[in-house]
Amino acid sequence: MELLVASAIGVMTAAGVYLILRRRGFPVILGLALLSYAVNVFIFASGRLAIGRPPVLTAAAPGYTDPLTQALVLTAIVISFGMTAVLVVLALGAYLETGSDRVDLDHDADADAPEDRA
Amino acid sequence: MTHWIAVPVLLPAVLAGLIVLAMRGDIVLQRVFSLFGNAALLAVALALFAAAGSGPPEAYRLGNWPAPYGIVLVLDRLAALMVLLTAALALAVNLYAVGSGWDRRGQHFHALWQFQMMGLAGAFLTGDAFNLFVFFEVLLIASYGLMIHGGGRDRLAAGVQYVAYNLVGSTLFLFALATIYGVTGTLNFADLAGKVAALPPGEAGLIRVAGVLLLLVFAIKGALVPLQFWLPATYANAPGPVAALFAVMTKVGAYAILRTYTLVFPPATPATGALFADLLLPAALVTLLVGALGVLGAASLMRLVAFAAVASMGTLFIAIALFTPAATTAALYYLVHSTLAVAVLFLVADLVVAGRGSGDLGAARPPVRSEGLIAALYLAGAIAVAGLPPLSGFLAKLLVLDAVRGIAATVWTVILVTSLLTIVGLAVAGSTLFWKSHDPGTPGAAAADGAAPAPLALVAVALLLALLAGLTVFAGPVTAELRATAGSLYDPAAYIAANTLGRVE
Repeated sequence: MELLVASAIGVMTAAGVYLILRRRGFPVILGLALLSYAVNVFIFASGRLAIGRPPVLTAAAPGYTDPLTQALVLTAIVISFGMTAVLVVLALGAYLETGSDRVDLDHDADADAPEDRA
Repeated sequence: MTHWIAVPVLLPAVLAGLIVLAMRGDIVLQRVFSLFGNAALLAVALALFAAAGSGPPEAYRLGNWPAPYGIVLVLDRLAALMVLLTAALALAVNLYAVGSGWDRRGQHFHALWQFQMMGLAGAFLTGDAFNLFVFFEVLLIASYGLMIHGGGRDRLAAGVQYVAYNLVGSTLFLFALATIYGVTGTLNFADLAGKVAALPPGEAGLIRVAGVLLLLVFAIKGALVPLQFWLPATYANAPGPVAALFAVMTKVGAYAILRTYTLVFPPATPATGALFADLLLPAALVTLLVGALGVLGAASLMRLVAFAAVASMGTLFIAIALFTPAATTAALYYLVHSTLAVAVLFLVADLVVAGRGSGDLGAARPPVRSEGLIAALYLAGAIAVAGLPPLSGFLAKLLVLDAVRGIAATVWTVILVTSLLTIVGLAVAGSTLFWKSHDPGTPGAAAADGAAPAPLALVAVALLLALLAGLTVFAGPVTAELRATAGSLYDPAAYIAANTLGRVE
């Protein structure tokens, strides 16, 4: 199971980084989503891997799994979900306004000098 | 003082919700409540500052669970100083936003502003690393909204880049926190301080990785080279008052580095040693150089000020990277000074752009309305940013130079050369803006058709300049106070004791 979890985190991170470096809006958003999946699994694993163990006190439990990392993952999921939603809306707005979904600013964009842009 | 510690977080949160839900569309009511909220925040921050200065650090248990299990807010001298700085800056800049009418150019300016206050105050007060992440996200999500306030093509394009960059930073933050939790089993700062110091040598590798990851995250926030790429485009395209408020956002990175690397990973830690200082100092020197060159080469006024902000972060990180009480005193003085100075320059730049119709520095344009006044404000702001006497920038740079006297001459060379570059850059921009406008060759030199600056906006700039002057005049008492703050950072026993780890009352 260690190998499975570790390689899942590694592959998702690698794919996420690759997609972020694509510089286009949609791949960047997908890449960020993959990265956040990877980090969620990583946080989960940082509380040690345990199967079939309860997170809260019970009389008959042979051992426990760490409940704190589960709470951390929950917070991280909510935040990354909200942030991704903001980014999607923003990227859509920028795409509709500029007609391009490039994330990098290859031109020197200045709000106060919009007329010298091609 | 106990319950008051939570007020800087709760007050803006309640106000923001109230403004969104009950005052939609009523800009007057929004302004009254937002300004009132900022003034109340300043009053609370002053009271907390006085309390932190007169007593030991104090912890506030959110949910009343004991410290390493529950989440705490901790008020100490450094946290109180940062909250006070934020509250003072935000009140002045909010006045400017109201005076200049920026808050009417889009929806929900004041609600986002209050959420930004909540995130900033929470990030400074929290005593828990994961909560630091949560408050970072609160201040970031509000800053995304503020940054694209008013809309427009370039602003949205720059906004996407800013958000994407910071999302990568947040993910790195989570990786770092999970690694730290995996090694130590805690995320409370005070608890971490004890556990990291007592770490067996076999675990040193992982905690070093986590420490460097955390440093990267804070370097993104603090715009440290090579992670500064988001800053110029973001600040140059953000609305003027928002960019002025963002002057304190880069300082969140500096604050987090000061807090984490004096409390959790002090240079005496056996597992990490001087690793972080060795990484930070060269990066800070390059940041300062990049910022100064950017000031010299910027094609527009807002970009110029943005690069001045990068340069100020470079100087700040040089002083922080030494991790000695004397250098940290200098760093704190420079932190307060540079926040106010960069904010003044952003507001003046906004006044110029509003009057002139463009911040383009490539060509002269006709003089703006009330040019004499705006030029004088620009001169004062430029003097503060460049670090010339008589304003506090000079004293701040002197303190930094004095603190680094013992070590390499490179630091002196870089600071002095970049000061010259900054002065030249600001002077060239000033002469293009205010002197060449009177050149008979400039098209339409006689006409001044831009909008006159609003009195309230000028009052806000004058307030910030008065704060800078106060920082200069009262430099003695201020540095004495900051010396005590820096001393408390290098003697964290009181901070750790305030958390009463694991003790159930």
